[in-house]
Amino acid sequence: MSLDQAKLLHFYESMRRIRRFEEAAIDVFSAGKIPGFIHSYIGEEAIAVGVCGALEPTDYITGTHRGHGHCLAKGMRMDRMMAELYGKRTGYNRGKGGSMHIADFSCGVLGCNGIVAGGIGLATGAAWGSQVQQNGRVVASFFGDGASNRGSFHEAINIASIWKLPIVYVLEANGWGISLATSKAINLTDLSERAKAYGIPGVSVDGYDVLAVYQAAQTAVDRARQGEGPTLLVCNAPRMRGHEEGDPQPYRSKEDIEEARRNDPLRRYRAYLLANKLAGESDLEAIDARVEAEVVAALKFADESPYPDPEEALEGLFAEEI
Amino acid sequence: MREITYAQAINEALREEMRRDPTVITMGEDIALIGGNFGVTKGLLEEFGPTRVKDTPISEDAIVGLAIGSALVGMRPVAEIMFSTFLGCCMEELFNQAAAIRYMSGGQVQLPLVVRTANSLGRSGAAQHSGRVEAWFMHTPGLKVVLPSTPYDAKGLLKAAIRSNDPVMYFEHAMAYYKVKGPVPEEDYTVPLGVADIKRPGKDVTIVSYSLMVHKALQAAEMLAQQGIEAEVIDLRSLVPLDVDTVVESVKRTHRLVIASEECGRAGVCAEVAYCVMEKAFDYLDAPIQRVTAKDVPVPFSPPLEKFMMPEAEGVVSAVQRLLR
Repeated sequence: MSLDQAKLLHFYESMRRIRRFEEAAIDVFSAGKIPGFIHSYIGEEAIAVGVCGALEPTDYITGTHRGHGHCLAKGMRMDRMMAELYGKRTGYNRGKGGSMHIADFSCGVLGCNGIVAGGIGLATGAAWGSQVQQNGRVVASFFGDGASNRGSFHEAINIASIWKLPIVYVLEANGWGISLATSKAINLTDLSERAKAYGIPGVSVDGYDVLAVYQAAQTAVDRARQGEGPTLLVCNAPRMRGHEEGDPQPYRSKEDIEEARRNDPLRRYRAYLLANKLAGESDLEAIDARVEAEVVAALKFADESPYPDPEEALEGLFAEEI
Repeated sequence: MREITYAQAINEALREEMRRDPTVITMGEDIALIGGNFGVTKGLLEEFGPTRVKDTPISEDAIVGLAIGSALVGMRPVAEIMFSTFLGCCMEELFNQAAAIRYMSGGQVQLPLVVRTANSLGRSGAAQHSGRVEAWFMHTPGLKVVLPSTPYDAKGLLKAAIRSNDPVMYFEHAMAYYKVKGPVPEEDYTVPLGVADIKRPGKDVTIVSYSLMVHKALQAAEMLAQQGIEAEVIDLRSLVPLDVDTVVESVKRTHRLVIASEECGRAGVCAEVAYCVMEKAFDYLDAPIQRVTAKDVPVPFSPPLEKFMMPEAEGVVSAVQRLLR
């Protein structure tokens, strides 16, 4: 696969944006500035970036409770995302959604979702809407290995298969459903075998390898756009941190955590670009500096933004108020 | 004016809205090829084709997911869930997704979707095919809840629901489909959501009801008239929005209120209506509010058992007599 340098550097920048956004969010969460919970996307950056790299700006995605990476990779702004995490009025959801429910419909992000597998059904509906409108748009629905045990996964993928809907089901296999190892929740080693039950292609890739994810996603997206139906794309990326910030992972061995961290996808991609002379140190440092400035500005924006007026809790329930 | 059945009225509403607006699409179990388990969607496949009228697998969760997602990208889906008890199979999509998405997104989007379903007490469906589950949705902020009793209202309310930019739970009644007939204009009209209708005026007592129970309330009013009691019968027509004002105005005139519904009594619609009236018209009440509902058990199968647990016109008459004693 040959990719132009701009695309390779875009992938790096996009992964770096996610990593730094998450690190910054964890810092301010620990400092008590962010209410609720943070489920960090650290370690899964290559998945969102590789998949969104294969999408057009007008395509759609659905994210998960661990969804900051999906939003950033699809092109959402850091400052309004950070403000949403803070619960500020300038956040994408005006402080009504928070970390698990960020959405930007103008950007094709049909919402992150606090319910495991909650985005799969509506992603499938968006794919149906696109098929009826014949607008050529594709949907990528992100969810975890735990979500693939829910009934909504089964019902939605079955319909997408029989109706040949333009959708890619992206299973982010991080190996855990909070404390339950996937090996104790699913009696398969290769989760892409689940695709056989629906008569659709199932592909497994290294979810730490952005180029492998991109390549597999492009094949699946092309297939969807050509009207050939869905693909189940399994991206294996062992969870680098706890289920949520503050989870000490007593259920998991130190070696397991260490191994995941050794394989850090961002460090690995950076080394790959340098070793293959696809980018120079100065190119990457320039990107790092740009991302750093964006993070600093996002934190400042979130800090300085006002909270919503309490009465705003009663606004926006219906399009036609009652 | 011509008279048609409740089922025909719903069919006409669907047909006219699909002609009027190409973004209206419909899907559900057995709705296309055979025109629905109750025959309500007959002829839609023939007129609008298989892209807009879809038979789905038995997958209620996915049916509602399809409605939400397609609504998010510009369609106006009308999903059918065959029996309202089957809403138990897709509560996740309704409760956590459809109801919450607009609010949770800070008002970024509209969800112009309708879920049509059938309540069906009174046909020996037993516990799993005799739903009256509207209270679940009245208790879920973010959904509008509509329950027509007559063909005129069924058509006008469904057209309004389809044109609404919010998610609407539209409860039909299986016992009304072919048994209830009434006048329906041929020209286009809508019935706005949230406007109750006085189905029979009276001065001695107010009977509030909705859906099929309105017909039993009207029977009760007829029986009471023979005893010289003039009952006013109000059909709520929608529970969200709830037209409290029409009920309160009536109670201010009659000073007595009976609320009648086929639902289980406990923590239900009647309790909510009673609270709203107490809040706004407590000083006008001459007697405690009465409610007439089904008993708090799963619906039994055998006809004498089912009949015993269901509310009937006689129960409404007794409640009124208790008030006037």
